[in-house]
Amino acid sequence: MIGIAAGGPVIPNFGGGSASFACERANRLFCAGWVSRNWDTVLWPALRQHIVLTVIAVAIGFVISTALALVAYRRNWLERPVLIVTSILYTIPSLALFELLQPSFGLSRTTAEIALVSYTLLIMFRNTLTGLREVPPEVRDAATGMGMGPTQSLLRVELPLAAPAIIAGLRIATVTVISLATVAALIDNEGLGVPILTAISNEVFKTELIVAGAMAVALAIGADALLVLAQRLITPWTRAR
Amino acid sequence: MPAANSAQSEGPSSFAEAATLELRDVSKRYPRQDEPAIADLSFTVGAGEVCVLVGPSGSGKTTALRLINRMIPLSSGDILLGGRSVLHRDPHELRREMGYVIQQIGLFPHQTVAENIATVPKLLGWDKPKISSRVDELLELIGLDPKDIRPRYPAQLSGGQRQRIGVARALAADPPLMLMDEPFGAIDPINRSRLQDEFLRLQELVRKTVVFVTHDIDEAIKMGDRIAILRQGGHLAQYDTPAEILMNPADEFVAEFVGADRALKRLGLSTLADVTLLAPNGVKPDGLRLPLTTTVRDALSQLLAEGSQPIAVVDDDGKVAGVVTLELLGRLLA
Repeated sequence: MIGIAAGGPVIPNFGGGSASFACERANRLFCAGWVSRNWDTVLWPALRQHIVLTVIAVAIGFVISTALALVAYRRNWLERPVLIVTSILYTIPSLALFELLQPSFGLSRTTAEIALVSYTLLIMFRNTLTGLREVPPEVRDAATGMGMGPTQSLLRVELPLAAPAIIAGLRIATVTVISLATVAALIDNEGLGVPILTAISNEVFKTELIVAGAMAVALAIGADALLVLAQRLITPWTRAR
Repeated sequence: MPAANSAQSEGPSSFAEAATLELRDVSKRYPRQDEPAIADLSFTVGAGEVCVLVGPSGSGKTTALRLINRMIPLSSGDILLGGRSVLHRDPHELRREMGYVIQQIGLFPHQTVAENIATVPKLLGWDKPKISSRVDELLELIGLDPKDIRPRYPAQLSGGQRQRIGVARALAADPPLMLMDEPFGAIDPINRSRLQDEFLRLQELVRKTVVFVTHDIDEAIKMGDRIAILRQGGHLAQYDTPAEILMNPADEFVAEFVGADRALKRLGLSTLADVTLLAPNGVKPDGLRLPLTTTVRDALSQLLAEGSQPIAVVDDDGKVAGVVTLELLGRLLA
């Protein structure tokens, strides 16, 4: 209560009044106290929302792009049209895409997810298709020659051999989505983009931006490390020499 | 006992009986090509025999092989395995009855040696303990230590080991027929010769019907019980035993293909054990000794190198069995 009276509330979420707000009052670049006070109410929920946004987008994108890649693997003519469409989706600026989708789906998570998914398709489609095509022809020939049907060969031989390329695509897509999902805060007001946007709209106080930005980077690095670990477990043969 | 012929009911440590393979007027034409790739090809491979398909490139030998397991559909004619037409069978099931070995081997890089060998047994639904003991048995058969080699990935094997594993994988479900497309083509000459010897030793044990494709006439002569020589356009130029082909080539093409040294090649088909040797009189104690298993061709080469001196021949126990001279071999050839 002294604080409010003395300094004036230029800081968001500025409620209490004690000596610990000295940093905020001085408008320093980074206030560790703010972080610990707002972790439970602002940062942790934002991180959780961000993870959910990312997982949903990558999962849906993975299913769609894998399905498209599998079909294009059998029917070569499909590769070009799919590439053209996904490339266009990939090149649309994210803000423009949000604006385009907003009339149909409103300011909702759906709008955000549609946009995020559309950015994953090109990367994962191309990686999966390339991975499948790079299965050595003699390996495919041996699989057929030993009596595997097309589905057995795909599941037991071709997809496992394409796994490193598929996971490489998954890694790039995941990192891309984690970064883009901050912009999605404009649409559905959730994720690590929310504190960043708050900080941007606030002229002076930047702690939120720094912390949320760092969390997004850490999340991207962590997710990437997790996928690398998954790849090591799934494809032990790639390291056998 | 029909059950004894089924790979499924047969436990490890025994091999199912081989089957006869018969090609009847088999032709393969591709659309928009005037010349057929295979033209009216007919021959029969007896059960347990090695038939080598040999010919220059473009003679359709690989095509012929792939017609047998229906990797390539045939245009006309029929192929019978054990008296049964392959045309009315499910191609996937059919292929599980035919061991398949190719030059590039095509081991699955993401699977261990044990998993690779288990491929066809798994497709056939064998239970795990049976597959596992089968894998061990095959690895021992090809002279590799199961403990050491089972968990390895193909990238951790030498070229020769990979080729052996390829053969073991093809033998895994005990197929009545083996199809081998230039299996030793990518191996260096020394190891190739070793693998050929090993395969012949293996064949003594398992007695499969084998169709073996090569472009190397020397390999054909060494490996084949019978050789089918194909010429451009998939025409069968001659189908006979190696000795007969070398002695009586059917035409100019065959004579040229087997080479001007065909008399020498014929000598490679018999060993000193097949020759009536001269009495061992005045054998020098420190002179050169040749084992009875030496081919007549190699003996001739040694005699020429030794300046036509007689050479003593010894049996397995190192006892002198007789003497071989240039004149003796000269008389054999005449």
